[in-house]
Amino acid sequence: MSGLFNAFVDMFDTATIASIVAGASALLFATMGETISEKAGVINLSVDGSMMLAALAGFVVAFETDTVWLGFPAAAAVGVAVALLIAFANIKLSLNQVAVGFVLFALCTELSRFLGNGYVGRPPVGVPAWGIPGLKSIPFLGPVMFDHNVVVYLAYLTVIATYLFMYRTRRGLELQGIGERPEAAHSRGIAVNKMRYLYTALGGALIGIGGAAFSLDVKLGWADRPTRNLGWIVLAIVIFGGWHPLRAAFGVLLFGALQAYAIKLVPEFPSLSQVLPSIPFPAMILVLVIVNWKALLKWLDRYPFLRAILRSDPPTAIGTRFEIN
Amino acid sequence: MSLELRDIHKHFGPVRANDGISITVESGTLHGLLGENGAGKSTLMKVLSGFHSADSGEIVLDGKQVKLASPDDAIAAGIGMLHQDPLVFLPFSVIDNFVLGSPGAQRLDRRGAAAELSKLCERYGFTFDPHTPARLLTVGERQQLEIIRLLWLGARVLILDEPTTGISADQRAKLFVTLKALADEGMSVIFVSHKLEEVEALCQRVTVMTRGKVVGEVELPVPPEQLVEMMFGQMVEIQDRTEVALGRSHLALDSMRMASGLLSEDPISLDVKSGEVIGVAGMEGSGQDTFLRICCGMRTPAEGTVAIAGEDLTGQHYHEFLNADVKYLPAGRLEEGLIEGLTITEHFVLAGEDSNFFIDWGAARTRAEEQVDHYTIKGTEASTAESLSGGNQQRVLLAMLPPELTVLLMEHPTRGLDIESADWVWEQLLGRREGGTSIVFASADLDELLRYSDRILVFFSGRIIGELDAADTNVDEIGLLIGGRTSGGGA
Repeated sequence: MSGLFNAFVDMFDTATIASIVAGASALLFATMGETISEKAGVINLSVDGSMMLAALAGFVVAFETDTVWLGFPAAAAVGVAVALLIAFANIKLSLNQVAVGFVLFALCTELSRFLGNGYVGRPPVGVPAWGIPGLKSIPFLGPVMFDHNVVVYLAYLTVIATYLFMYRTRRGLELQGIGERPEAAHSRGIAVNKMRYLYTALGGALIGIGGAAFSLDVKLGWADRPTRNLGWIVLAIVIFGGWHPLRAAFGVLLFGALQAYAIKLVPEFPSLSQVLPSIPFPAMILVLVIVNWKALLKWLDRYPFLRAILRSDPPTAIGTRFEIN
Repeated sequence: MSLELRDIHKHFGPVRANDGISITVESGTLHGLLGENGAGKSTLMKVLSGFHSADSGEIVLDGKQVKLASPDDAIAAGIGMLHQDPLVFLPFSVIDNFVLGSPGAQRLDRRGAAAELSKLCERYGFTFDPHTPARLLTVGERQQLEIIRLLWLGARVLILDEPTTGISADQRAKLFVTLKALADEGMSVIFVSHKLEEVEALCQRVTVMTRGKVVGEVELPVPPEQLVEMMFGQMVEIQDRTEVALGRSHLALDSMRMASGLLSEDPISLDVKSGEVIGVAGMEGSGQDTFLRICCGMRTPAEGTVAIAGEDLTGQHYHEFLNADVKYLPAGRLEEGLIEGLTITEHFVLAGEDSNFFIDWGAARTRAEEQVDHYTIKGTEASTAESLSGGNQQRVLLAMLPPELTVLLMEHPTRGLDIESADWVWEQLLGRREGGTSIVFASADLDELLRYSDRILVFFSGRIIGELDAADTNVDEIGLLIGGRTSGGGA
């Protein structure tokens, strides 16, 4: 029992929380990217594959040039290329977003295994640690938030920037409009399909950067399919996040925390060692059930800000094409 | 701003939606655009608002030819369009809907915009809470929001496409007052409608369109018969109904209560004979929908019994009612009646009684073609449900009814239909009545209720407040009852 108690105390341990905060960077980038893309009406279902290929591209470029920072634009380029393919196939060729996305997922995954073969086990390249002078000495908050590296800080800044962009700027409101009711956006003079290309590409870039954040920061180096399943988790968290950047970021942290604690409990319940790591998934479904509770939503209609965060209706036009005749 | 459309052509595939249209609208006038469903009015207005681009033709504003390649161009030129289904973003707040698409700094100034909004609201007598999500607004309020948004963007020509569909009488009156005020301010208002009386009540001039062409333009007022003739080519005759002898009981309700716990509700007892037509009146949501759903077996009454052709079916499954030849056609034609994406042929196959495992598509298509022909549905057997106009959807629904019916229950049988289609629908229904079918229909159209019913039930706040013999009542009496006033004067 004392072990269980220790595990509970551990939950609030500075080092544990700091590791959850730092470990979230890759998921945060990719989740913001997917949120932006879906908010504009385009589902990028390839995330799991494009993140993987981007992680490889990031590592290879960083390794070959011996410059870790060059890995990130390379990874972003991969993400943009895949995302633009989906947008193009949907907008110009009238293909189904989900089908194209799924095929690209499989293609990118296999491509990353094939192209990355020679890089398995090569010495890793990592983003150097950099604590923010002054802020990092704040008790508790310092080590938890401000003693990581530039990539981690940027991940959180991306969340804030995505939120501010979507809800505080004209362009951001238009972004929401084209995914919600494209014909209404069109009637207001917004170039719907042009904007969809733009935001799908932006989302793809963030997904790519998420991949690089994984191979250059979270779990260094290249192995066989290092980011596998991460992309599917991204897709789930976007839904969990109700297409809201802040709630999605909360989902990423909740997921990371549940995962960390579940693993901590394994020594306590060795017989459940197979089950515990999967606890985060049903736990998140439970939270979804609660926030979708009708009575709660009705009550929240009176509090628009809270309601905006807790509402989880997908953008109405998600996955559909928009065509003017 | 004066406006001139010159020889506009627009076709979709083989369909000539606009075939050489020329219209002139003087500044400061309310100009009606009248025509039946599918006459090409909406297409023309979408061309004028930059939503569609015309195949050929010219648009001239204040003497200058303009090119409207996108809605952006139209807005910049001062043309604002209010679409039939107001194009608002339902989950977004009023203020977000207001500012979306407007020019200005990147940083959203919601407070500043809210001040502008409330200034305009004050001027036109509207009220909005800027933070309410648009999905909580009524259709009428969404229109008001769109109108002031377009005015805010500097619209000098305002186009309204069938704006009175789905709004209350109050909101309609308010809309008309607003439109008149706008015309007085020098705005050109184009009012697109298929409703004669609205165009007559509102407009100074009217252009009549049929089948993609202008068939006439007149200064109002003119005798309504003249407009009807322009629309349909000949006068629509209101024929007297043939007397039908009432037969045995087809639908019997005995001390039925719709919901438990409603003390005010008197139990309903009703006996509908074969060949009888019962009209159900009342404000939207006064209990008529529940009543019809109980009669067709989709809901179970709290108390009492429902019998079809003498057989007590209370609490039985909906399928038992179907087997007893009871059929219900709800108001939501595309939501509850037809299936989006399926063709007319597929609908007939689904509705058919054929029990073979494999479908004989050849025969099904032939049958569908016959029905399309017989019911004069504008479309082909391969048309999808959503591609049909409201009137043609109603035709498909009627065509799918089995030949023998005991009771036919309908909600708003002619809502959104032009006069010709509405008359056609009733021709079909009265034919069925002569075959012995009992018809129970809910309608908001008092003339329709009076003209076709034998008896009229008036609902008010969940109960029947009056049962009238259609032969000796009138619009006024029904109207008062719908408002909750019984003849004694009290509520």
